[in-house]
Amino acid sequence: MCMTCGCSTGTARVDKASSGHDGHTHTHADGTTHSHGHEHLAGHPHEHLHATGPLHFGNGPAGNSVPGMSQARLVQIERDILSKNDSLAQRNRAALAESGVFALNLVSSPGSGKTTLLVRTIELLAGRLTVAVIEGDQQTTFDADRIRATGAPALQINTGKGCHLDAAMIETALSRLQPLPDSVLMIENVGNLVCPACFDLGEAHKVVVLSVTEGEDKPLKYPDMFYASSLLLLNKIDLLPHLQFDVERCLAYARQVNPGIEVIQLSATTGAGMDAWLAWIERGAQAARRQQPTGHQAHAHASQRQGQVQGQAVAPNPA
Amino acid sequence: MHEMALAESVREIVQETACANGARGVSTVRLEIGRLAQVELDAMRFAFDVVKHGSLAEQARLDIVEVDGTAWCMPCATPVVISQRGQACPQCGSYQLQVTGGDRMRVMDIEIV
Repeated sequence: MCMTCGCSTGTARVDKASSGHDGHTHTHADGTTHSHGHEHLAGHPHEHLHATGPLHFGNGPAGNSVPGMSQARLVQIERDILSKNDSLAQRNRAALAESGVFALNLVSSPGSGKTTLLVRTIELLAGRLTVAVIEGDQQTTFDADRIRATGAPALQINTGKGCHLDAAMIETALSRLQPLPDSVLMIENVGNLVCPACFDLGEAHKVVVLSVTEGEDKPLKYPDMFYASSLLLLNKIDLLPHLQFDVERCLAYARQVNPGIEVIQLSATTGAGMDAWLAWIERGAQAARRQQPTGHQAHAHASQRQGQVQGQAVAPNPA
Repeated sequence: MHEMALAESVREIVQETACANGARGVSTVRLEIGRLAQVELDAMRFAFDVVKHGSLAEQARLDIVEVDGTAWCMPCATPVVISQRGQACPQCGSYQLQVTGGDRMRVMDIEIV
């Protein structure tokens, strides 16, 4: 029921397309049904009466009226706080799926080795898969510069005060970066094991990178991130001989939080375990590839774009 | 501190709804936050106090209703209450739990004047 006038068709939904009372159909107590529009200014109380219609004072939460006291009205919303981000993420996901792009959202604490891992991954995939990268950091373009040195297109997003990337930033970045059809998009999120877990960007998977220098209890300390991720990359395993890091305990903790999480142990520096990681990417890229490629037309479009993606820093509003 | 971003989303939802309903102001904003929803309530209250200025919710009180985390324990084949992810089943100690509730954060309703 419309919380404003009591009509049966109006609702208190907040979707822009349906929230207006610009026009609607409703039935009055005397049985007449009609449609009408009623414009009003924001800030103006929303009562609207018809000369012959009933006059209600009991529609407020109290169910009655006290002279001299305005009735507060309860407006039901029941909307997810992240609904806007989530709908933008779905839009990104649909756009990526349409062009067969396999998108990964790499999350970790700062210093886990994400950028080194990405550089190594791009080098090893050369000739097999095309990779584009969106880099998220509060400041600097250092990471995008490192990626571009490999020859791969990269776009740096500086979040300013922001502690995570969100779907709106990725939408803007995608329009600039324009990843090639049937390619791989790596989104390196802001180094932070907390906030990025909340925000869907439209990726196929979150991949959490944990380095063995960080401590094996991270999955229990930051369970949300490990729960949100499909794959755990345990990085820097070449350093294990020098550390007191219990791999089995760490993985048990991760599975405690997320029984279905996949795990690959690797070292971007020595190359150990990289084959398994590359195979994982190739499987995902294969599955994401467009079912019916549009042939040479898409190819021509791709070639046209190739080389023109230089990437510029995007400076979104701090969130 | 992603609560600031969340609080801005709350303000946006509240402002849209209040405008659509011709409100002069908003007296109460009621949120439902699951205990598994990755939100620090004090940070959320602080952030909302900051972002509500200049909006119709400037004078609004923020009510937060917390909702228990619930999960389905596979070995027990029964629903259980948990306070965080990665917690064992309080009955059998298993970690084979599928979260079923308490992981959402929603704006439930607002009181407008």
